[in-house]
Amino acid sequence: MIPPVSVRGLEGAVLVTGVCGRLGRRLARALHRQCRVIGLDRRPFPDRPRDVEHHELDLRSARARDVFASGVSAVVHLGVDHDLRADSAENHAVNMTRVQKLFEYVEHFGVKKVVLLSSANVYGPRPDNPQFLTEDAPLLGAGPFSQIRDLVELDMGSQAYFWRLPEVGTVILRPAHILGTVKNAPSNYLRLAVVPTLLGFDPMMQAVHQDDVVRAIMLALKPEARGVFNIAGPPPVPLSRVLELLERSTVAVPHTMARLGVERLFKLRVTSFPAPELDFIRYVCMIDDARARRDLGYAPAHGLVSTLCAVDEERWLG
Amino acid sequence: MSEKTALARFTEAAYGRGLPFLRRVLDGAARAADEVSLRLLGPDFEQRFRVLADRYERLGGDPFGFDPEAVRRAALASAFFHRAYFRTDVYDVDRVPEGRVMLVANHSGQIPIDAAIIGCSLFFDANPPRITRAMVDKWTATLPFVSTFFSRMGQVVGLPENARRLLDMEELLLVFPEGMRGVSKPFEERYQLQEFGRGFMRLALETKTPIVPVGVIGAEEQYLSLGRVSWAARAFGLPVVPFIPQMFLPGGQMPLPTKYRLFFGEPLYFEGDPDDAAAVADKVYLVREAVAHILRRGLAQRRSIFL
Repeated sequence: MIPPVSVRGLEGAVLVTGVCGRLGRRLARALHRQCRVIGLDRRPFPDRPRDVEHHELDLRSARARDVFASGVSAVVHLGVDHDLRADSAENHAVNMTRVQKLFEYVEHFGVKKVVLLSSANVYGPRPDNPQFLTEDAPLLGAGPFSQIRDLVELDMGSQAYFWRLPEVGTVILRPAHILGTVKNAPSNYLRLAVVPTLLGFDPMMQAVHQDDVVRAIMLALKPEARGVFNIAGPPPVPLSRVLELLERSTVAVPHTMARLGVERLFKLRVTSFPAPELDFIRYVCMIDDARARRDLGYAPAHGLVSTLCAVDEERWLG
Repeated sequence: MSEKTALARFTEAAYGRGLPFLRRVLDGAARAADEVSLRLLGPDFEQRFRVLADRYERLGGDPFGFDPEAVRRAALASAFFHRAYFRTDVYDVDRVPEGRVMLVANHSGQIPIDAAIIGCSLFFDANPPRITRAMVDKWTATLPFVSTFFSRMGQVVGLPENARRLLDMEELLLVFPEGMRGVSKPFEERYQLQEFGRGFMRLALETKTPIVPVGVIGAEEQYLSLGRVSWAARAFGLPVVPFIPQMFLPGGQMPLPTKYRLFFGEPLYFEGDPDDAAAVADKVYLVREAVAHILRRGLAQRRSIFL
């Protein structure tokens, strides 16, 4: 049994944007017994705990202001749209406006805490990456993979608020590949019936259990927490070992063919993986989470096997 | 009818005499192979392997992807080159201190066989055996199979962050400060040390790591390069393409079976400010002189390239 993280020092509610995503729902469940939780999402939240207050709203709408006015003391921003097929300019505008609005309300209503969920992907997988990237490494992910631009910009833009709003404890979390019931690229990749790998490439991989990310978010709600933190899971292993532990059947494809093939398949809407994401199974993109361990008191509670097997939980529930 | 009996006789002969004979041949071959592998690997191979495997088990796996089992798989081929092909003579390997240490060696031979042989000497000849973590060019990380092979064998992309982490893990680092300049020297420049990079010294000062100068003799003559072909390097996107006439002869792709000699110098301990460029340059000069001295002495002793 993993001891729950206790959230302290919060008088008002915790506002969770994008609460209807899989990670958001888990966070709401973990938080609602300890403090007031307000959800904010355009989607409905049908199976929410009774004491979670939910608003079917976008952060950009005028009524979001009223939600903030009702006494919010911390915001967890998970509401970043990642739809790769949507119009990227539109998506970009939505994501940027949301975060701008968010900090506007934070400043106006004197919210003391903002936690943003970025990703270790903002560093980007590269052949010349150090084995473990620290928080000071440049965010080069958007170079070859333009769809991640929003996240990079959001991450960097939010960093400006460290000095623009010095009285707010802003925290940016950059977790490694999150595995679990979440529908993100790494979890989807490991759920494939036959998992393709790149012939001759077997990079070291880091993953983190979705509940460990939830715990990291709760630790980041501590009043004194502030800054950028990498969040890693159990010690890294080669990709081949990951697939071996999950007992997946694999097929190795030469990387040049894979790139061309995935590009075509993505255009034909056969696969949801864009071609630049192949670099994640070619090069290392691993992080050093020493700062989170030291300053947040974070440590992953899930071991390697339990982190990996989380992708198969609730698999057939949709 | 007669055909049938002939076939039956043949079958009987095959099973009665042919098979046991074949089995004897196969058994003999297996025994010979065992003997050869025992002679190449040495009687204490299993113990040496255990020492390494235990170390990384205690560490909870190597974060850079080193896999002791890969060493076991590559051991026979490495031992063949180390003990039979290049007949390496290893001098004073016991000078390598325990814990974090940096080996600084001259780089030569067109392809980095010298790194592999140094690795072999530290595994097969040193007590206790150690794994050599060489710093490889980041370009190799883009190559299929090569990148995976290097990673499993304990090689690491040459970045200061990686080197620092390895030294914090008390590993043994192998550095070629000449880099690509050294390994691709043409034949006429053999045993002439090229300019040394300075990053290794800054790192040694920061992490208080002893430096062991190493001289490798024999690698320069394994491939006789007459020069660099710059247009071929550009065309294939390679860092450098040497012109090696022997490559065009049948079997010339293998390196020449020169005799390797490895000389390990006394460990050098440095102290000082890693950010003082002039002081760092002076210390790099001392290390370069130490390697050059070892090479001069080794070359003077050498009577033959091949024996």
